Amino acid sequence: MMPTKTYADGEVAVNDEGFFTDPSQWTEEMAPQIASAEGIPELTDRHWQVIKFMRHEYETKGTGPTVRALGKTSGVSVKELYQLFPKGPAKVAAKIAGIPKPRGCI
Amino acid sequence: MGNRIIVLGGGTGGTLMANRLRRLLGRDAADIVVIDPDDEHVYQPGLLFVPFGLATPARLVRPRHRQLRRGITFRRAAVDRVDTEHDQVALADGTVLGYDVLVIATGARLVPEETEGLTGPGWLEKVFTFYTLDGAAALRRALSRFGGGRIAVAVMDMPIKCPVAPLEFCFLADWYFRQRGMREKVELTFVTPLDGAFTKPTCNRELSGLLEDKGVGLVTEFNTGEVDGQGGRLVSYDGREVPFDLAVVVPLHGGQAYVERSPGLGDGLGFVPTDQRTLQSKAAPNVFVIGDAADIPTSKAGSVAHFEGDILARNITRYLAGEPLDAAFDGHTNCFIESGFGKALLIDFNYDTEPVTGRFPGRLGLPLLRQSRLNHLGKLAFSWLYWHVLLPGRDIPAVRSQMPTAGKRPPPAPGPARLRKAP
Repeated sequence: MMPTKTYADGEVAVNDEGFFTDPSQWTEEMAPQIASAEGIPELTDRHWQVIKFMRHEYETKGTGPTVRALGKTSGVSVKELYQLFPKGPAKVAAKIAGIPKPRGCI
Repeated sequence: MGNRIIVLGGGTGGTLMANRLRRLLGRDAADIVVIDPDDEHVYQPGLLFVPFGLATPARLVRPRHRQLRRGITFRRAAVDRVDTEHDQVALADGTVLGYDVLVIATGARLVPEETEGLTGPGWLEKVFTFYTLDGAAALRRALSRFGGGRIAVAVMDMPIKCPVAPLEFCFLADWYFRQRGMREKVELTFVTPLDGAFTKPTCNRELSGLLEDKGVGLVTEFNTGEVDGQGGRLVSYDGREVPFDLAVVVPLHGGQAYVERSPGLGDGLGFVPTDQRTLQSKAAPNVFVIGDAADIPTSKAGSVAHFEGDILARNITRYLAGEPLDAAFDGHTNCFIESGFGKALLIDFNYDTEPVTGRFPGRLGLPLLRQSRLNHLGKLAFSWLYWHVLLPGRDIPAVRSQMPTAGKRPPPAPGPARLRKAP
């Protein structure tokens, strides 16, 4: 059985770690609720810049960026990324943006 | 008139690709030009052994041009940029060369300056890397003088060349200080941004266990934001610290600067987006990529370039003949992991298959994912194979480009990895 979660009145499929398995089920209304479960009480414009960038990267490349790639290309420095998403920007932002966990590198 | 094939980079991938293409294509079918800014080919697997006095820097270097077959032109030049729209390479000296096929084989570049403080005070005094010849030689001097204390072996972030090398460094350091009768005076810690000792779960278990057996501490999910050489601390972006008396750091890696200067060629880190099966770049159909320069999800390792070589050489001849490309590269990777005391492990995997136990390349081969003296001898023999079989672009007898399955056992049931988290 695939686990599911309910955000903003919508039931979505997630994996064991809580990442969306079907990014098309995500809506912007779900983001604040996912964020608060990750310990982020309020999403600022800077958070949204990163979240939208994650969505865009996923849609064009098929995987979310790593922290370092985010720092180089999102317009938000790695330092600030950690201030915005203290528990790990790439993973947490991916979760809030409703995309699978970034594959990272081998 | 024949085609002109330009190969950028005279390292492992560029050399073996030029040699394979030279054999496959007659002289009137193609001109082959290899371009590199210098003429020093470094046997990179040897760098790991330099800090422990097990290899001599000068013996790891040979002239690049001497590794190329007759009928290949070697040109010493730096590349300014590639124009994939007009099929041209602009060199730093202003020369512009046209090509029919371009092979990008310029590997990865170390960018230590991208980590705050890394190249500041303490660099090459308390903070070292063995990923360059000079760095490995400086580290050798520092280790021989080391009287005891905390050594942190730290990976700044992925991707890096040869992801097992920093682990091997830990294993060899354990051996080295035991030989010197001072192991109890040395605290070894492996620091990684990953959530385990290695990227592949099955290996992760085996390698974490080895670290533990050798008394090497493990700090995971540590994204280093700053290296404070003077204060002797690694500081992570989320505010954790690892103290050290001597740090052995694997710096950040990126692609070459010319990739970043070439419109549409590279990604944010300077690697070249590439089809992981055909090895054709996504920038243009007549641009192909081999080795560490590609963004494909394999290890950045010489064995990968070797296995790619066979498939890419055939794909380039297909391309020139107007035939469809063969989507044949399966991500095959093969690494010896030196574990100290004259032993080594061997791992073999691809895009879809985790490293498993068994034997390689078949039932009577070398033991997989297990320490043995035979694997250590294999690792030593590999240096000869590198210069005399890999670089000339020949196949290693009995070792195919596609990953073998004979002799392999199915993966063990998943269990908890033995990990210690940072405080």
